[in-house]
Amino acid sequence: MLKPTTEADLADAIAAAKGPFAVQGAGTRRLGHPVAGDALSTQGLSGITLYEPGALTIVAQAGTPVSEVEAILATGGQRLPFEPMDHRALMDTTGEPTIGGVVAANVSGPRRIQAGACRDSLIGVRFVDGSGAVVKNGGRVMKNVTGYDLVKLMAGSYGTLGVLTEVSFKVLPTTDAAATLVIPGLTAARAVKAMSTAMGSPFEVSGAAARPGAETLLRIEGFADSVRYRAERLVDLLSPFGAVGVERDADKIRVTWREIRDAEMFAGSGEDVWRISVKPTDGPRVTEVLPGARLLLDWAGGLVWAGVSPGTDVRAALAGIPGHATLIRGGAPTKATLPVFHPEPAPVAAIAQGLRAQFDPRGILNPGLMG
Amino acid sequence: MEMPVPDPSILARKDQIVRRLASVLPGDAVIHDPAETRAYECDGLTAYRCPPLCAVLPGSTEEVAAVLKICHEEGVPVVPRGSGTSLAGGALPTADSVILGVARLSDVIETDYENRVIRVQTGRTNLSVTGAVEADGFFYAPDPSSQLACAIAGNIAMNSGGAHCLKYGVTTNNLMGVTMVMMDGTVTEIGGAHLDAAGYDLLGLICGSEGQLGVVTEATLRILPKPEGARPVLMGFNSAEVAGACVADIIKAGVLPVAIEYMDRLCIEVTDRHSGAGYPDCEALLIVEVEGSDAEIDEQLGLISQIARKHDPVALRESQSPEESAKIWLGRKSAFGAMGQINDYMCLDGTIPVSELPFVLRRIAELSDEFGLEVGNVFHAGDGNMHPLILFDANKPGDLERCEAFGAEILKLCVEVGGCLTGEHGVGIEKRDLMDTQYDPADLELQMRVKDVFDPGWLLNPAKVFPLGASEARRMPRQAA
Repeated sequence: MLKPTTEADLADAIAAAKGPFAVQGAGTRRLGHPVAGDALSTQGLSGITLYEPGALTIVAQAGTPVSEVEAILATGGQRLPFEPMDHRALMDTTGEPTIGGVVAANVSGPRRIQAGACRDSLIGVRFVDGSGAVVKNGGRVMKNVTGYDLVKLMAGSYGTLGVLTEVSFKVLPTTDAAATLVIPGLTAARAVKAMSTAMGSPFEVSGAAARPGAETLLRIEGFADSVRYRAERLVDLLSPFGAVGVERDADKIRVTWREIRDAEMFAGSGEDVWRISVKPTDGPRVTEVLPGARLLLDWAGGLVWAGVSPGTDVRAALAGIPGHATLIRGGAPTKATLPVFHPEPAPVAAIAQGLRAQFDPRGILNPGLMG
Repeated sequence: MEMPVPDPSILARKDQIVRRLASVLPGDAVIHDPAETRAYECDGLTAYRCPPLCAVLPGSTEEVAAVLKICHEEGVPVVPRGSGTSLAGGALPTADSVILGVARLSDVIETDYENRVIRVQTGRTNLSVTGAVEADGFFYAPDPSSQLACAIAGNIAMNSGGAHCLKYGVTTNNLMGVTMVMMDGTVTEIGGAHLDAAGYDLLGLICGSEGQLGVVTEATLRILPKPEGARPVLMGFNSAEVAGACVADIIKAGVLPVAIEYMDRLCIEVTDRHSGAGYPDCEALLIVEVEGSDAEIDEQLGLISQIARKHDPVALRESQSPEESAKIWLGRKSAFGAMGQINDYMCLDGTIPVSELPFVLRRIAELSDEFGLEVGNVFHAGDGNMHPLILFDANKPGDLERCEAFGAEILKLCVEVGGCLTGEHGVGIEKRDLMDTQYDPADLELQMRVKDVFDPGWLLNPAKVFPLGASEARRMPRQAA
């Protein structure tokens, strides 16, 4: 495996490439279609370039382990706002997930509904494009409209437009206290109603998830008195949905939301696992058209995780519901018949193809990964 | 500031082009009389003016598509225009261009509180988006100073910010979907009421592309429940260094104010005289606003004041009532108007890492002496977005040029310390020729290749964003043809 240790070496390797590369960080996510090509890892590009707590800014090389980024942020009482998912349990992989991998897959967790996605916190990138040119965009300041926003474009492009070498984020303070509100036994439709009610209140919910029929969970975070106050107000507001329990134990709260973030209920099962993004009130419709699926609703109902028997064409079942579905975990037979990423309307697909041709004219960066 | 020489073959075909446009639009939607096209000769950057070939005001996405298709066939440049409040010349026409105004596209298409989104036509003004939902307890977060007048179309084109983006983000963080018409007339739908793109983040790419990739006619925007309340605290300090240190300490303490605004002595004095806000006599003033219930606000303001006291403030005033809040904000909100009353001014928009604030302000003061022009500083201190206001006399020969040269030095300084040329106003023509101080040729080349994908003929707002020399080869084949 190729593991350049400097951006210049990486650029040279790409410029001199004779064939395609399978670009990865630590390879813990394994998203997309398999790529035929020489393995190229960014793990050799590692280290925090800059951390400035007073400016809410961190810059790290792409191969830096996420755990290292989180550890240094913790020393300043700060964190990545978007709560990136760790795919290892779900995908049964090992290794240390990299911050570049988080960006390449635009990985966000439950707090996405309040603090935005990975791409919303990302303020700068450096990367090597498919011709071997080193390119930068954005920077280390959080307000920047200078030129086109290639920062957003690189987030979620899965290494198909360029190989990330450095990423910068706006970060936020860690909160002192948290609480989880628990409402037992709601159907998907009632759960989404309850979550919409909470999200439409001024009480700043930072997580809203449900297992239909089992429990609906709402997280609030902040200063201790504020959390206490908002929890009380939400308990009142949600009383039409049944008895609302309040969990205040910090460890239990952390574990609950990690389980949701990482879709742990699907770990080790033989199912295909799909991630479906719809508007929250369509969440219950998704659950109706997938009878027999095991389901987890996040993002107030707008993100549906579905575990289905291998080979199930989830997209066909979802026809007519606006949004998109991604096959996160599936065997080779499923991936051979169903595209991993949601097919795009023709004009959008043409733009995507045009961008790929401009950023990677030789088609050597993760060809075929996105279909 | 140079603009490309207008294409004589287009000027010669004006009648034919106008006739074709009139064939797809209502009679009053094509403006071509030179007396009337003058209304579109400039935007908020009034130092530069040029009437367009004609202006069109389509009333639907279909009409926009028909206009673009004709312009594409005729090889005529198109300059999209929201409300024309750009401070960067984003909507400045050339004599051979068609202004495409979205003013007639102002409907609310759908409000959806359960999913917390609103779908609007993009000619709608920023403030009237909030106006459509505030009776039900919601608001649209990005709040540029021009929000009474500026259109969502322009907000998307420039990725506009505002005073409250420290907490709520800028336009790109609140935009969920668009209907966009491409230069050849193709209509595309990107995103929607669901979160995050299926493939590449084209929404993120379009937002802030200054009308160079397509014309956005409809947008799905995130709306948020209004906080229970908001109150500011005002504090005055004897030096920029101390004020800067106080901002850093507030942020490090884990408080996330919705706004941290900074003004220097010149701005404090001028705005105070203008508005009677009762600001203290000091070198640097901070207004820090927090949100929540009364008790939550008290807790946060208490913590902020405690931090401020460690920095020996010359004034510290926590608002206890809506009246006091209004008075604290009065001067800041009238700052640009107040400065305009004493002088012509140019408003810059660079962003710097907040840790560089004292150095940059010191350096700006030195440059002010060198150029012999006064400068006042208003500043979104939480995010490092500066708004130096350079005072000059438009009637005095050479003053504008001196002011522009001074401005360019300040923007280069912003880039040198790790910041950027523009935080929320956009590049337009104003910062176009400075782009190579921030970006290397390879950086700009790749950005221009993005435009090649969306608009291969470089007809959409072509003379903006990129230095004319850098974009010439792409723009010129059209004229040679």
